[in-house]
Amino acid sequence: MKKTTMKLLVAFLALALGAFALMGCGKDSDTIKIGFNLELTGDIPKVGEASKFAAEMLKEDINSKGGLEVGGKKYKVEFVYQDNEAKAESAVNAALKLITQDNVVAIIGPNSSKQAIPAGGACNDNQTPMVSPWSTNPDTTKDRPWVFRAAFLDPFQGPVAANFAAKQFGAKTSAVLFDIANDYSKGLAEIFKAEWEKKSGAGTVVAFESHGTKDQDFSAQLTKIVAANPDFIFVPDNYNQVALIVKQARDLGYKGPFMGSDAWGSAELMTLCGKECIGQFFSTHYAAAGAQGATKEFIDRYNAKYKYVPDDVAALTWDATRLVLQAIQEAGKVEKDIKAERKLVRDALANIKEFAGITGTMKFAGTGDPNKCAVVVQISPEGKFEFKESVCPQ
Amino acid sequence: MQKHTFTISLFVGIFALTVLAQLGVINQYLQSVIMLMGVNIILSTSLNLVNGYMGEFSCGHGGFMCVGAYVTSVVTVLCFSKNHILGAPLLPPSMALFAFPIALFAGAAAAAVAGLVVAIPSFKTRGDYLAIITLAANYIVISAIDNLEIIGGPRGFMGMNAAVNGMEGIVDIPWMLLWVLFGTLFSVWLLRRFVSSTLGKGVPAIAQDEIAAEIMSVDTNRMKLIAFMLSSGIAGLAGGLFAHILGYVNPHSFDIMKSTEVMVMVYLGGMGSLSGATLSAVLFTVLLEVLRPLEIWKWVVIPLLLILLMQFRPEGIMGNKELSDLFPKLKKYYSFK
Repeated sequence: MKKTTMKLLVAFLALALGAFALMGCGKDSDTIKIGFNLELTGDIPKVGEASKFAAEMLKEDINSKGGLEVGGKKYKVEFVYQDNEAKAESAVNAALKLITQDNVVAIIGPNSSKQAIPAGGACNDNQTPMVSPWSTNPDTTKDRPWVFRAAFLDPFQGPVAANFAAKQFGAKTSAVLFDIANDYSKGLAEIFKAEWEKKSGAGTVVAFESHGTKDQDFSAQLTKIVAANPDFIFVPDNYNQVALIVKQARDLGYKGPFMGSDAWGSAELMTLCGKECIGQFFSTHYAAAGAQGATKEFIDRYNAKYKYVPDDVAALTWDATRLVLQAIQEAGKVEKDIKAERKLVRDALANIKEFAGITGTMKFAGTGDPNKCAVVVQISPEGKFEFKESVCPQ
Repeated sequence: MQKHTFTISLFVGIFALTVLAQLGVINQYLQSVIMLMGVNIILSTSLNLVNGYMGEFSCGHGGFMCVGAYVTSVVTVLCFSKNHILGAPLLPPSMALFAFPIALFAGAAAAAVAGLVVAIPSFKTRGDYLAIITLAANYIVISAIDNLEIIGGPRGFMGMNAAVNGMEGIVDIPWMLLWVLFGTLFSVWLLRRFVSSTLGKGVPAIAQDEIAAEIMSVDTNRMKLIAFMLSSGIAGLAGGLFAHILGYVNPHSFDIMKSTEVMVMVYLGGMGSLSGATLSAVLFTVLLEVLRPLEIWKWVVIPLLLILLMQFRPEGIMGNKELSDLFPKLKKYYSFK
């Protein structure tokens, strides 16, 4: 009995290894393959899902028209999705798999910086163009000629929030509550603090409090903040924590406004937060309510197809993918050799000076980081994110 | 002859893998999978010393890996790349080949010292209570790094590629693959030598009955100290290798999820079996990769396999036996000491 079990196990192991070795063969010459390195499982599955949905929509668009026209010939596009489990090592493996097994021309994603930084390194070393839709950490593209992104950086978003709040609330003092274990939140909080103190003088950030990622109770920090009596509270936090923070601050008697960052902009925010969040402001990549033109068209179609208003990740993935497709077209031809084709696409990407995306116009100045406008939105009584103001870099 | 066959075949295997990788027969992706496999083998065999042989329940292995990863990375970054702490690199890139093993050793040593956090309380507590302490140790390490701005805090730490590039600048072969293979071999060899030594026999004695072991002149406190420090030290080695494979570390790569993964590998392979821990680490890594296309379903399939295994073979793949115990005929061909 024991032996049979062992034999079965050995057979299983052999089969698994065999299947593993056989994977990833074959390449069709009339298709263009683009890889997606997404967070489909793990901590932030909604982010990966939104990306995938947006990509699927784009693929249907192109293939229903017969494909992507490059140099007078139409090519079908094929999108290959790899799950990176929201883990750094898995993102590297997924990127390498896309590069060496799936033979993709370019890679979209990962979205989150924790995955995008190491995956960007792998792509750059293997000379494959990569565009991260959502990553805001400067290290993702730094000194990496093959890596690009579609989002603005935190050093830009911090001042946007500070300037807008100073004007809108006529504020002299502010308080900050952020997540110390989240690089995005911490980075943004520090940039905001530096900017605010430069504007209003030292000591005008009257409370600068932090919390942990999985914290549910913020009363200790909020008590200090409320006691310091700031004109507003800046909360660069994820939407799930924002909901708790805003509610608990109101319970502690805080009456003033809140200012947030792009991590607020999830379809889930209003479900969790309810009426307490109405009227608050945050800076983000695009405003879904009141959008016009191509942006509105995208939102309506996405909403019709997947039954919810797309958040910024979906829109940014749409832009990132279109950016790559445009580069492929502008390259003018498709090389048979995958390495030569990747080089063509990289050079074409680097040559794009201006790109009209649904999240605004992006201008590239040779660094892989776009120069683009941020929007500030206000949460309307119906729970929609309404356009308030657009802030562009000088 | 059979005394050496296994050793010889291992070295031939390492040589063959390196040559194949160099020639491009094994592509980058497969290389990366092989390297992660090696890291997982080191992790699961080292945790097996505590959870398997010693019968304690440590669930903070990721924390020690994290210490090793950061210390090794800081050493190589200070030595070989431009950084904001010291500015210019301390050593020329041609020294990388000699400095890298020293950095790995430094990481392992630091992790072993971190192991004291668990080892000392283990003199007086055991079982569930010790498990909570190991869990706390994991959290302490991660929170400490989150708050250390000088090494990047939650933003993570990078710049380790300079050391790898330095080595490749001397001789252009897949160095990281080689280091991981040798690191794996070294760890398994060290653990094997330890548990089969006269001194190491005290470890399973503690698992069976601590008081009886004490009566039989086993210095249980000393044994626990050695076992915990060795186990966490080797985990630190795995961390150092892991950091240099990725070229980037983030404290949250080593949280409780990582520790759980390692525990799964140990229990899948069988407690107190080195070949079991090795086999399960290989199986687990391959499964994670093969099932990647299933996306969300992967996390239904893998736990289900685990439940089935525990249902029909609760002692794990190998139980507490080694490969040569299950297949005595194999002894004719190899002996691994």
